Amino acid sequence: MKSRRRFIKNTSMICLGAGLVPNELFVSSASAATGAGELLTEARYYDKLAHRKIKCVLCPRECVIDDLERGYCGVRENRGGTYYTLVHSRPCTAHIDPIEKKPLFHFMPASMAFSIATVGCNVECKFCQNWQISQVRPEQIRNYDMPPEVIAEYAKEKKCKSIAYTYTEPVIFTEYMYDCAVAGNERDVASVMISNGYINPKPMKDLSKVLRAVKIDLKAFTEKFYRNLVAGELKPVLDTLVLLREMDIWTEIVYLVIPSHNDDPNELKQMCQWIVSELGADVPVHFTRFYPQYRLKNLPPTPISTLESTRKIAQDAGINFCYIGNVPQHGGENTYCPSCNKMLIKRRGYIILENNITGNRCANCQQEIPGIWS
Amino acid sequence: MTKSISRREFFLKSMITGSSAFFAKPDARAGILFPKNKVAAGRVVSIRDNSVRTSKNSLNPDVVENMLNTAMSAFFSVGSAAEAWAGLFSENDVVGIKVNCLAGRGMSTSQTLVDAIVKNLLAIGIPARQIIIWDRANDDLKRAGYKIQTSKRDVLCYGNDHAGYTRQLYESGSIGSFLSNILVHQCTAIINVPIMKDHGIVGITNALKNFFGAIHNPNKYHSFKGDPYIADVNLLPDIRNKVRLTICDALTSQYEGGPPYMPQWCWQHNGVIVAQDMVAMDSIAWNIIDGKRAEKGMPSLKEAGREPTYIRTAADADHKLGICEPNAIDLIEI
Ligand code: SF4
Repeated sequence: MKSRRRFIKNTSMICLGAGLVPNELFVSSASAATGAGELLTEARYYDKLAHRKIKCVLCPRECVIDDLERGYCGVRENRGGTYYTLVHSRPCTAHIDPIEKKPLFHFMPASMAFSIATVGCNVECKFCQNWQISQVRPEQIRNYDMPPEVIAEYAKEKKCKSIAYTYTEPVIFTEYMYDCAVAGNERDVASVMISNGYINPKPMKDLSKVLRAVKIDLKAFTEKFYRNLVAGELKPVLDTLVLLREMDIWTEIVYLVIPSHNDDPNELKQMCQWIVSELGADVPVHFTRFYPQYRLKNLPPTPISTLESTRKIAQDAGINFCYIGNVPQHGGENTYCPSCNKMLIKRRGYIILENNITGNRCANCQQEIPGIWS
Repeated sequence: MTKSISRREFFLKSMITGSSAFFAKPDARAGILFPKNKVAAGRVVSIRDNSVRTSKNSLNPDVVENMLNTAMSAFFSVGSAAEAWAGLFSENDVVGIKVNCLAGRGMSTSQTLVDAIVKNLLAIGIPARQIIIWDRANDDLKRAGYKIQTSKRDVLCYGNDHAGYTRQLYESGSIGSFLSNILVHQCTAIINVPIMKDHGIVGITNALKNFFGAIHNPNKYHSFKGDPYIADVNLLPDIRNKVRLTICDALTSQYEGGPPYMPQWCWQHNGVIVAQDMVAMDSIAWNIIDGKRAEKGMPSLKEAGREPTYIRTAADADHKLGICEPNAIDLIEI
């Protein structure tokens, strides 16, 4: 059910001017004017239960929600036994970013991604970089009215090759993501999901039909870490990674290395071995540097030496494309041919300085390089 | 420990004791984080009066007021309710009345009870503009029948969505939240006025749980039956230091199907419960709800898999927010 008015107007322009963390945050009387109440789209993944309860089956949390209550993510509400998403067509932020910023290194290098997010998340990472928008509810922040057609049109107009669902957790705005991806595909604009992978198989399979690539944040390789620092679970994330491989969706993994929490060499080795055996050696893995954030401010940034030794563990385990991220100008952000070892893509931050991939092959040895290159 | 006295006995007794026990020093149950200006931890006064219902089954405001005044006098061991109120607040206080309106009409804090509280505050000289009836959102308040009032001509009434939240993130144990500006920046004192009812996830919602309405992200903290999150929220200094009184609306209560209003599981308890120790009050409320469930042939909250363990946690050595152990609670039933 859609009861929303569609304003196809210059909202996209307004939105692009807004920073990721708008100052309007928490000036609630103003934002209440655009409050969640009026703009409702029925959710797609839930079961109706007795006494006007519902069970959301979008993510493994599977919240059982009473009438007038919301699920854990805060962006879905039960109204009289019908479950609604409060964020369809209501992004809180949008930017044009290099695809390398996602990071996706094997997906249309040097292209731009029109990147959008709504508020909300289905976990609470103590180290979240975007907690000001991921950990709030729709009525607590200014949102914009941007239906899928507006998103897709704008992306096309600005020559973005993809729409990226990013910054917060796109799983919780899955209906909007799906509809934007369909609108984008109709205009030859691809869609990429930047996610924690905490999603149930059915919605993930549905999304796989419209997405071109996915980046998954694998936050650790222990349930303990997921329980204590993420308020989530590891197992469903691993299941999602396996499912993505089965669905043949281009996938890259990011692993944020947090000192003393998930940098144990043995755990890292086990994780890398799991990746190779379950997903294959060609899944790119980005080991990125942690900076103190949100509720994990008492730790130092990850030492670069830790990132380097982590990368070495991954290489030794047989992962072909291991990167170091969040460390500008580090050699670990370049792509090397697993066959001849020549540099394929030279990067500096998000800028591509050199690209030696022709078609989908190493220009030097003709080795096929996995990825979506154009 | 439970003492049952009739209203008549109570008045006779209070005439003798006068105000000698008013704001007695906290007793020897050392270590409980009990703010100043308080009666001993563990004291709870519960009053019930079936004549509170009119023939049309609505609440009789005079009886509600009378129940409140009697409970207040008994709780503070003073001769009159006015004396009790005057000892709690000064004219300079901005007093927030935290209600619970999420379930709309039928299962929200009764306006009749809130009116009686406001009347008492006005009577001790607190200007109307310094009284704020509040909950999470204007819509919640409206749904429960409250009239939003944001101009200072009258008693104020609005939600956090009107007042906004702090920009600072407050952390307490397991929780990290922005707090309602009403709690942090607008009020100097809070009266907590929850409604006693069943809660499908955390067991019961009453005094402690009501302060989930003061944080911006309550949706994040219902896992594990709200334990330890609810206790951690109540450990926040702005709650611990500002809440001077809890008056529980136990006029109509619900023993199953909460927090939404489910008339088939409601009963007319016809009660008002007064305490300063929210843990003790919740422990009593838990007992009442479990008692009702037993009477109706339903499993206990524990058997139903939602024992409100957060109440016990609130009393533990890490929180020390009050007394949970029923035998240690000084319950006076009128
Ligand atoms: S998507 Fe949101 S409401 Fe649904 S199960 Fe996940 S956290 Fe709960």
